[in-house]
Amino acid sequence: MDRIPILQMGRCLLVTIQVDLQDQTALALQDDLSAKIEATGATGVLIDISALEIVDSFIGRMLASISGIARVLDATTVVVGMQPAVAITLVELGLSLDGVRTALNVERGMRLLTESQPESDLDAGR
Amino acid sequence: MTPGADQGAMPLRNEQDIVMSRQTVRKLTQALKFSLVDQTKMITAASELSRNTVVYGGGGEMRWETVVNGVRQGLRLHFEDHGPGIPDLALALTDGWTSGSGLGVGLSGSKRLVNEFEVRTEVGVGTCVSITRWK
Repeated sequence: MDRIPILQMGRCLLVTIQVDLQDQTALALQDDLSAKIEATGATGVLIDISALEIVDSFIGRMLASISGIARVLDATTVVVGMQPAVAITLVELGLSLDGVRTALNVERGMRLLTESQPESDLDAGR
Repeated sequence: MTPGADQGAMPLRNEQDIVMSRQTVRKLTQALKFSLVDQTKMITAASELSRNTVVYGGGGEMRWETVVNGVRQGLRLHFEDHGPGIPDLALALTDGWTSGSGLGVGLSGSKRLVNEFEVRTEVGVGTCVSITRWK
């Protein structure tokens, strides 16, 4: 089974999904990311899905649950780079990714994460 | 399209087959020159229904055919299993209802992504979901 690599950059974890995701791969990413947040004390997670040609309900649920798990572990998740056709399809499918922060591209996503990281700002997690 | 490529079938037995069904539908919609949004909608619907076939139907197959209505071309997909069937179809088509661990958007959501949607199901016999998207 493929595993998605997780890179660390300062206090952020970076994930770029570049394969057509199997369900098990998506679940493994969820586990790997949770473990990595715990191990590194990362406060931000950036997930780049610009290479994903579809997001179905399974992948959508994975993104939402990663965001939820990360939040409980005191890290903010930003999903970046969703293709417009994917966004249109996702909303029509009935998924609005409630609770998942999104940004148009990696640059804006990184800015969101670095700006929401003041040491004592407890509200920054959302 | 070349003769013989306008219909076919593939098995849906495991997760790898779900990925394969997406790739198959991508090729088919590209060959029919669907717009990118229409391709994405059809592939996403196929992904949802393939997963239903594998997870809830205990496996089955996807059949496809290109269809013509006057000058319009379209793609029709059938997802067929010999699983437990759906006891209450109206309920299963309700947003948010799920018999498993999903989000409950698979069936109802797929319906919104296509032009034609038909479910034939019988308890103890199986389920066949057919979807059509016109170019």
